[in-house]
Amino acid sequence: MIEVEHLAKKYGELMAVRDLSFTVEKGKIWGLLGPNAAGKTTTMRILTGFLPATEGRASVAGFDVFEKPNEVKKITGYLPEVIPLYTEMTVSEYLTFVAAIKQVPRSKRKEALGQAIEVSGLASVKNRLIENISRGFKQRVGIAQALIHDPQILILDEPTIGLDPAQIKEIRDLIKSLRGEHTIMLSTHILAEVTQTCDGVVIINEGRLMASGSLEELTTSFGGKEGIIIKLRTGHDEAVSSFQAIPGVSRVSRQDGELTVEWVWGKDLRETVSRLAVERGWGLLEMRPVAINIEDLYLRIVSGGAGQ
Amino acid sequence: MRNIGIIARKEVKTYFTSPIAYVVICVFLVLVGFFFYSAIWWFNSQAIQMAQNPYYYQQININQMVYAPLFHNMSIILLLMLPLLTMRLFAEEKKTGTDELLFTSPVHVVQVILGKYLAALVVLAAMLGLAGLLSVFTFLWGNPELVQILNGYLGLFLMGASFIAAGLFFSSLTKNQIVAAILTFGALLLFWILNWASYSATGIWKDVLNYLSIFQHFDGMTSGILDTTDVVYYLSFSFFALFLTHSVIQSRRWR
Repeated sequence: MIEVEHLAKKYGELMAVRDLSFTVEKGKIWGLLGPNAAGKTTTMRILTGFLPATEGRASVAGFDVFEKPNEVKKITGYLPEVIPLYTEMTVSEYLTFVAAIKQVPRSKRKEALGQAIEVSGLASVKNRLIENISRGFKQRVGIAQALIHDPQILILDEPTIGLDPAQIKEIRDLIKSLRGEHTIMLSTHILAEVTQTCDGVVIINEGRLMASGSLEELTTSFGGKEGIIIKLRTGHDEAVSSFQAIPGVSRVSRQDGELTVEWVWGKDLRETVSRLAVERGWGLLEMRPVAINIEDLYLRIVSGGAGQ
Repeated sequence: MRNIGIIARKEVKTYFTSPIAYVVICVFLVLVGFFFYSAIWWFNSQAIQMAQNPYYYQQININQMVYAPLFHNMSIILLLMLPLLTMRLFAEEKKTGTDELLFTSPVHVVQVILGKYLAALVVLAAMLGLAGLLSVFTFLWGNPELVQILNGYLGLFLMGASFIAAGLFFSSLTKNQIVAAILTFGALLLFWILNWASYSATGIWKDVLNYLSIFQHFDGMTSGILDTTDVVYYLSFSFFALFLTHSVIQSRRWR
């Protein structure tokens, strides 16, 4: 649905994005992850036709962004980093204006407005001036304006920035509810956002592509690990060395009576570990899996440079 | 065409929901009213004096004695006020980031520019239209030449339109509205007084400077003469400024 090939953008001497290639499948939520100033906003601005690229090619739903910008703009909804609000308008007036410039036919504008207001939960503020509503509502107005013409593609630049935890959850749920009908690309520098909402991720740093793919693919290919946390009644010291001796186990660590046993991705050692604990009579109290630690992955990718 | 209308309607609405349009129109009318009153007062006292002498009495002309100076004063008020009307048009969009919405929507840059231009023209038309109501008094108690007055207003409108185009251009250059207003005012004033330089210039330069001066082209219109050269001058001034605006906005591509 979104295809980017060897994209590069120069601001004067500064290379904001270089040789960036990735694809996003239809109906998926894809995260564009990277630290601040990694080139996320630039990439999104190129995809939406706000900025032209210096080199390379990008296409959205089969339309080349540089050759057919208007076709792309018609089917793309975009929430920029700074929400583009005319604060002297009411929420309804603003959304009606956006519907008009997004070429929603006059007869369908009312319907589109009603739908956008409902989906983004704006009913209670629809007749208030935008300058008087809270930050959380402004963010929702931003999402509503991106959705108003029912676009196939949604590009959201940091959609949850500056919100409180409850609002963040609401916005994430809203985005997840759009999965399937819409292809969504969202940028973020928060890892949890990717693991909780996205199907796949493009990680960039200093304008370079570091990795891209679905979450599982990435974890595997970057030597991801899985493991369990195990709680024992006695014999901790002995257990550490015994677990370490199991072939395939890469690391055993101990913290407050709990042991974390890790092994290489795809090699399920849960049975071996639990049998050992029972046989030796250490008193197996609890066992739970360790989640994929994408944070390690992210930090490794970002600090590792292009070589990895 | 439809997109131009959408942008224009939104901009007009913004002018009239914020105090900008009301303040600009009110201040304009107060000043014009004052100039009109003093011009009429002066005309009256002249008329009474000249009535003593049948020869001079023939020379009395309300168009020449009231409207010509009034139009001159109005043009200077426009020079001062229109930059304040146009300064926000692009600068504000850039400052608040709403340009990102406009330029990622399926509308052409040309449509955005023309929409905004049209909206400012509507406010200008409201200013001049309301000021034109003052003429009712002169028709009630005198017999001025209607065509001459209409020519004067047409001249003001065309001149205002080129001021607005220039304002649009300077607004597209910066995020800062004050900077946009000052640049517009400075550039317009320079164009206004360009003919002063023609006194010392020689040959072709004299003609060029004279032709480029905004003031030079307005003079004829105040006395009711509609010269196509002047109309062409104002239209091409507007066109050129709008064209530059378009280039500036498109040049985001190379920066």
